[in-house]
Amino acid sequence: MLGKLDLSAFIHGPIETVAQLSVVFGVVVVVGLLSYYKAWGWLWREYLTSLDAKKIGIMYIALSFVMLARGAVDAFMMRTQQAIEVGANSGFLSPDHYAQVFTAHGVIMIFFVAMPFMFGLINLIVPLQIGAKDVAYPFLNSMSFWLTVVGAVLINLSLVVGEFAATGWLAYPPLSELQFSPGVGVDYYIWALQIAGVGTLISGINFLVTITTMRLKDMSWMKMPIFVWTVFGAMILVIFAFPILTGTLGLLSLDRIAGFHFFTTDLGGSAMMYVNLIWAWGHPEVYILILPAFGIFSEIVPTFSQKRLFGYTSMVVATLAIVFLSFIVWVHHFFTMGAGADVNAFFGIMTMAIAIPTGVKVFNWLFTMFRGRILFKTPMLWFMGFLTTFVLGGATGVLLAVPGADFQLHNSLFLVAHFHNMIIGGVLFGFFAGFVYWFPKIFGFMLNERLGVYAFWCWIVGFVLAFIPLYILGLMGMTRRLYEVSPQFHPLLVVAGVGAAVIALGMFFQVLQLVVSIWQRKENPAGDNPWNGTHLEWQTSSPPPFDPERSNDGVMVGILAGLFGFAMIWQIWWLAVIGLVGVLAVLIARSFQHHEHS
Amino acid sequence: MNTHNNNTTFGFWVYLMSDCVLFAALFATYAVLQTQTFGGPGASELFDLNFVLTETLILLTSSFTVGLATIFSLEHKKRATLVALATTFILGLSFVGMEVFEFTHLIAEGSGPSANAFLSSFFVLVGTHGAHVTAGLIWMFVVMLHVMRGSVGNKLYTLSLFWHFLDIVWIFIFTFVYLFGALAL
Ligand code: HEM
Ligand SMILES: [Cu+2]
Repeated sequence: MLGKLDLSAFIHGPIETVAQLSVVFGVVVVVGLLSYYKAWGWLWREYLTSLDAKKIGIMYIALSFVMLARGAVDAFMMRTQQAIEVGANSGFLSPDHYAQVFTAHGVIMIFFVAMPFMFGLINLIVPLQIGAKDVAYPFLNSMSFWLTVVGAVLINLSLVVGEFAATGWLAYPPLSELQFSPGVGVDYYIWALQIAGVGTLISGINFLVTITTMRLKDMSWMKMPIFVWTVFGAMILVIFAFPILTGTLGLLSLDRIAGFHFFTTDLGGSAMMYVNLIWAWGHPEVYILILPAFGIFSEIVPTFSQKRLFGYTSMVVATLAIVFLSFIVWVHHFFTMGAGADVNAFFGIMTMAIAIPTGVKVFNWLFTMFRGRILFKTPMLWFMGFLTTFVLGGATGVLLAVPGADFQLHNSLFLVAHFHNMIIGGVLFGFFAGFVYWFPKIFGFMLNERLGVYAFWCWIVGFVLAFIPLYILGLMGMTRRLYEVSPQFHPLLVVAGVGAAVIALGMFFQVLQLVVSIWQRKENPAGDNPWNGTHLEWQTSSPPPFDPERSNDGVMVGILAGLFGFAMIWQIWWLAVIGLVGVLAVLIARSFQHHEHS
Repeated sequence: MNTHNNNTTFGFWVYLMSDCVLFAALFATYAVLQTQTFGGPGASELFDLNFVLTETLILLTSSFTVGLATIFSLEHKKRATLVALATTFILGLSFVGMEVFEFTHLIAEGSGPSANAFLSSFFVLVGTHGAHVTAGLIWMFVVMLHVMRGSVGNKLYTLSLFWHFLDIVWIFIFTFVYLFGALAL
């Protein structure tokens, strides 16, 4: 009746129980507060069921912030474990729990922090920048958001009921096969990503169509703001990459549920096939995240240098070159597979080639600043932080692209330092910059500048302390995902732990900045164009007019898809059928109502 | 209204592109795992070309009839549209029926999807196509209701795009899986 689900799924070790109770406690607090302030009706009408892209954008970013807190707690647990694990002290996490923590951290940060943050900013700004009232398919937009929420909910649910995958964030087989991971952890992983991934794919189509067909009449392609161009590139990548993720996870789940042999160790399965497929999605994925960040900086640098963007055309060409190249580099994630010198050489050279269009962008930003009258407001600070860290990360990336060097550094902390360099210094700083830049537009008041500056300095200093030691540790030979470490690595791990604490302080300032700014919103009205931006979003009022259109169906699809996912995880087949048929029924019923929006 | 319709059609094209990528991934998997029969019978021993040719002809005919339905619908011939759609539906259903028959037959012979990696990839590639056809049938049913109510809009057009797309995918499956398989190429 309940598949694999029974009471034992609720019983955990002491540390896991704390996590379990905090999730329950958090939900109770939120529900309690909403009920106390009688805010349910307002929330439902104004946000949850809204079809307005800006409202949906705000919800995406809220989701991303909540998950950032969760992902960061995971990170701090890992940093603490490795910092205190020395001599007789074996730390506070069990090996299996540690593995779940790094897996959850990676999955959450990529899929439920970076992705929703990106789609949030896209929803807020792209329609405004192209002069469209909304996106091409407002209902699908709402549905995509709810499917993303379902993924996030499932991951957090795994803290309460059952467990999460202990396989690393890409769930490589054979470890992720039933034989070696018999619990439901990998199934949580699969279904959270499957459901959120479908949402992402639909969003990709939605924004591609929006940008292609809904621009103002006299905005030709070469008049689009670079942010719109980079989003366009990212959406092409979404459309070509996410079906591969769906397919690959589908095959893995067939192996696990139905005894197929795609990636098993026996009967002809090939684990390397999985690794190839997952990176054929995974490499484009990192460019999906970084391209919009490039776009954001291309808005910010001209605004705060009080000059036009240098080299518009070369920016466009560079963007498209990156889109193309990012599909032919995936093997650099596993040079050690043994594909042979020719194959590795090809992929190594292609990887290095990506540095060219990226370098073009960096120089364009620099030339934009050259002889400009630069205003160092917080968005510009994030850009400066980005520029320095990203160039370093780019250099170590080119280093890793040399197969010979990669043989040594593969799976080491050098790699971990490299990708955090790109993804914190590049993606996250970019989105933070976009957030502080466009916040006044969307909410109509300014963010507190001083606290923003504090947050920035904590992040950048914390980042250097937390991740530069990892480069050194990697060169010293420390591999990643270690719950126990040799004593010679210990001092630098303590430094990294201190760095994480400084980052935590930065996050604290960000929360404080939000609270204080909301508190003082009356004193700090934004006006329509506080930064003297030149693109269309600054021509409308702040906040821009919201569209009252709403629909309950997006939430309905989300709930039913959530039931379906939960049922697939625990193999409760009748519930899975109800969920799936329910989703279909909602969509079919929708087709019979009259809608302005699809 | 007009721009909205164009939007839907363009968006649907883009969706079809992404579906192409899904099939490309499955084809690649099949190509890689094709030889991994682990001592079991391979493609040339398992597939019956005449049977598959019949399936192919049925599906091709259904593409023709769905095309007729679109034309009739443009000419506002409601009854003719419905007849053409019903024919397509029956043809599609027969195709799915034959595929289910083939699958159960293989499983009964001990050549089910969990026998080895080759069969896993075969069942999933062909089965994913079959699942698409099945989804298309459900959709076709809904579209028929819309035709009856006179609320079809461009739903029939997107459905026929989908159906032709599945036809093309099948041609690839027929060629690379069955034909090359049977000829042991
Ligand atoms: C808030 C600051 C962050 C800290 C202190 C941090 C720390 C860590 C640590 C300690 C690990 C494990 C390294 C190991 O295997 O030994 C890790 C892994 C990882 N992190 Fe972060 N991280 C942070 C932010 C992020 C962000 C923002 C992202 C992505 C958007 C991210 C993505 C990942 C991924 C994908 C992994 C690999 C997980 C795996 O091994 O499967 N991290 N991080
Ligand atoms: Cu890569």
